[in-house]
Amino acid sequence: MISVFQQHGQELLTGLGNTILCSVIALFFSLIIGSTFAIFEVLPSKLLRVIGRIYIEVFRNIPLLVIGMFFYVVVPQYVLPMDGFTAGTIGLTLYTSSFIAETVRAGIQAVDSGQMEGARANGLSFMQAMWHIVLPQAFKYVIPPLGNQFINLVKNSSVLAFVAGFDLMYQGDMIASATFDTFNTYIAVGVLYLIITLPLSYYMRYLEKKLA
Amino acid sequence: MNSFAEAYTWINFRFLLEGLWVTIEVSVVSIILSSIVGLFLGIVRYIRYPVVSGVVGVIIDLIRNLPLLLLIFFTYFGLPKIGIRMEPLTAAIAAMTVFESAMIAEIVRSGILAVDTGQMEGARANGLTYWQGLWYIVLPQALRKMIPPLVSQFISLIKDTSLATIIVLPELMYRAQIIYGQNTRYMIPMFVALAVLYFVVCYALSLVASRLEKRVG
Repeated sequence: MISVFQQHGQELLTGLGNTILCSVIALFFSLIIGSTFAIFEVLPSKLLRVIGRIYIEVFRNIPLLVIGMFFYVVVPQYVLPMDGFTAGTIGLTLYTSSFIAETVRAGIQAVDSGQMEGARANGLSFMQAMWHIVLPQAFKYVIPPLGNQFINLVKNSSVLAFVAGFDLMYQGDMIASATFDTFNTYIAVGVLYLIITLPLSYYMRYLEKKLA
Repeated sequence: MNSFAEAYTWINFRFLLEGLWVTIEVSVVSIILSSIVGLFLGIVRYIRYPVVSGVVGVIIDLIRNLPLLLLIFFTYFGLPKIGIRMEPLTAAIAAMTVFESAMIAEIVRSGILAVDTGQMEGARANGLTYWQGLWYIVLPQALRKMIPPLVSQFISLIKDTSLATIIVLPELMYRAQIIYGQNTRYMIPMFVALAVLYFVVCYALSLVASRLEKRVG
């Protein structure tokens, strides 16, 4: 395993960098999209609630691989060309946003409804009350599950290997097929994934205990 | 629209459905195996038996924090290096069972922890042994709390079987790729079919689960 790091350290580090990069990009956009649909779901408008529900259920119940492959093979053919990294990151963003929407919705609903009523009674509009009063409080409930979503995101980013996304899994697979040293290469790749996910996972467990 | 009529021939449709059957087969076997192993490991982790629980805990944390895809690669391409060879079907089931057992063990442990400690104290005060209290009093209540996370885990598992396409397991995703590999005009029809078939299976499971939840809750 050490020799894998010595001989292919550069490729593995590039892969690790791409894995982190696509996870962070996907987290950023899925937070925006996910929160938007979460707010849709608590709005008074029935139409928007239905749209929010459909979006969440569709992307939650279809495999990430199907979504990622769609952007890798279908979209470039008919709509616009894109590389594997972009296709994979878009797939990851859409898939993760549905889970984040569920998390944020649960957070909003965990905030006492009196907060919204009080804000409205004090003359704030629905959106003002949501933005200034409810969302900041929901944030507290949402942090540990969002952290877990990010861990899932890092692990799920391994599907970039299917779409030539040059992430850690892809690089590991390339090294493994070039050297035939599959056993040690995959262990090395696993160690690198754990370096990102394990500390995060322990920190989230600590946060959950602290906030509970 | 013409490409849909061309792509959805009876032969292609049957080919896909056979793939869906493999997907369901792998899912059901993995769900059953990992539920048993996960329940056992979750209890071992909860009871804090010296050394054993700690070691089990570390192993669970390591597996939970790895991508499933890596475990599939490792099982099918890595393990033969140390003399363990498996068919794609066995390798897929083995990798998924190892991964899902670790995920389920964590769900079981937090489910048990969520049951009020007074329940165990009450059981013990009424003359039950620790194991009787755990099995008859605490676990049934924990199970109720475990249903929602367990069901999302099972849905993830069904979706994740698509990853086994990398080790040429002839499941749904793999077969769709074979069909659109013959003719790019079949791409959109195949992705529509994939989305619909996976959605129907996963969404049906989540509907059954919310029924179940209302009945026991």
